[in-house]
Amino acid sequence: MATDLVKNEGKHIHKPTAVKKETNWTKRILITVMFLYLSIFLLVPLVYIFVKAFEQGSGVYFAAITNSDALDAIKLTLLVTLITVPLNTVFGIAAAWLITRFQFKGKQLLLSLIELPFAVSPVIAGLVLVLFFGPRGVMGPLFSEFGIKILFSTPGIVIATMFVTLPFVARELIPVMQAQGKAEEEAAISLGASGWQMFVRVTLPNIKWGLLYGMILCNARAIGEFGAVSVISGRIRGMTNTMPLHVEILYNEYQFSAAFAVASLMSLLAILTLTIKAWIEWRAEKQLTA
Amino acid sequence: MKRKQRKKNVLPGFGLTMGITTMYLSIIVLIPLSMVFIESSKLGWQGFIEVVTSDRVLHAYKISFLTAFSAALINAVFGLMIAWVLVRYSFPGKRLIDGLIDLPFALPTAVAGIALTTLYAEDGWIGQFFTLLNIKVAFTPLGITVALVFIGLPFVVRIIQPVLENIEKEVEEAASSLGATKKQIFTKVIFPELLPSLLTGFSLAFARGIGEYGSVIFIAGNMPMNTEIAPLMIMTKLEQFDYAGATAIAAVMLVVSFLCLIIINLLQKWSRKHEMQSE
Repeated sequence: MATDLVKNEGKHIHKPTAVKKETNWTKRILITVMFLYLSIFLLVPLVYIFVKAFEQGSGVYFAAITNSDALDAIKLTLLVTLITVPLNTVFGIAAAWLITRFQFKGKQLLLSLIELPFAVSPVIAGLVLVLFFGPRGVMGPLFSEFGIKILFSTPGIVIATMFVTLPFVARELIPVMQAQGKAEEEAAISLGASGWQMFVRVTLPNIKWGLLYGMILCNARAIGEFGAVSVISGRIRGMTNTMPLHVEILYNEYQFSAAFAVASLMSLLAILTLTIKAWIEWRAEKQLTA
Repeated sequence: MKRKQRKKNVLPGFGLTMGITTMYLSIIVLIPLSMVFIESSKLGWQGFIEVVTSDRVLHAYKISFLTAFSAALINAVFGLMIAWVLVRYSFPGKRLIDGLIDLPFALPTAVAGIALTTLYAEDGWIGQFFTLLNIKVAFTPLGITVALVFIGLPFVVRIIQPVLENIEKEVEEAASSLGATKKQIFTKVIFPELLPSLLTGFSLAFARGIGEYGSVIFIAGNMPMNTEIAPLMIMTKLEQFDYAGATAIAAVMLVVSFLCLIIINLLQKWSRKHEMQSE
């Protein structure tokens, strides 16, 4: 058997070189096509945002991002993100713990339901929240009784963002915790750790990178969500305008440089997100090889 | 059975996490979503059919489905190619390119929308070349497709990449030593392995494409009976306070999305089975 293999290898010694030459050509063509495709669709648009933003000089740029409407939009976006990401993180950890650590009926269904917001158009997400919390909806009259306004105000924007970004953390954690298994946690509990101790000392260190990854994805989407927020916000300047909505208004008013200036801020955040993601992956790879 | 029972009791938090998960999911997603079916039932069957089969709405569905389908198809072809290049070849700047693939996930859709619109406008950086060929991109269905290609780009690449990494070199080497050509190895050995994930990626990109709003409305131009997409029809009806009409359109889209989800789930089951067979 072993000699057979050696023989076979010997037989093909000249053949691989022929194959190699051919793949060199295909390799070059494929890499070139890929570069062209990604340039047209990804790289050029990204560079273009910054070119457009500074087209009329840095004076216009800084004026666009420091006027009061822009600052209000930035503040509201930060507020929405600061509420949404932690809540979705708690949900994500709870859902991942439930799904990976226990057996129960309807688990598959629950998994599909968690993924549901990804399959629903953001506009529909906004619409159903309007129906639910609106004046004619089920909850609307109840909330207005207590003087709480949900539609066309910050709580509505927060709920819409929560809807759209709900699956991110859970989705990243479930495969990580599945692969981890539950032996370490069982050991901690049987050695007398409390539930909280087990979570902080065993679970959290094991899932921290997956958790961080899910959180930055959730964060990126929360900052950029447009459709759902657009339906529910009422687009009141300085009141319910998030950064993406502010970009839309400026663009529709033909203030292109200002629109691209605010857009460039969000693009910087997107680049930061991608960098953190690459760093997490690089760490994970290093851990694997170490 | 007994072991299972014991294990169940060891780890804490079943009640707590079950409570948090179902409560949160119900309040934020499930109960509001159920409103779609309650609200659209107010129209009655006749009224419902009337809304969703009006010329303007039908045309919006057609545009949404066609552009989402073409974009997903383009992404399937090029996504497969990009995944192949990233997994099989090494070249300078590979890490950077690999990181850049996720840009559409990280970049706000409205930002992508305004950038693509001005780039592909008649006198834009890219649009001017199409103008030379007498092709209009922005404010046509072609423009909508461009936006959806951007949005759907990562889906296929990210699903194919790990599968391609896991295909064992030995299988290809075996095929090669048995006299298969490169082309035969690809079509008979590699492609069948990739097919389930390729279809999953396609469906994900398609499902995302039908619902996409932010990146599309800028480049679409939103002319009724021409470049109006289904999500925009919902917006329009809402602005006229026609809640029932908006909901009827949404109900049809939701049914299509659910069908997509079911198909994706079946495909993933198929690909798991595939993996087990090949092991």
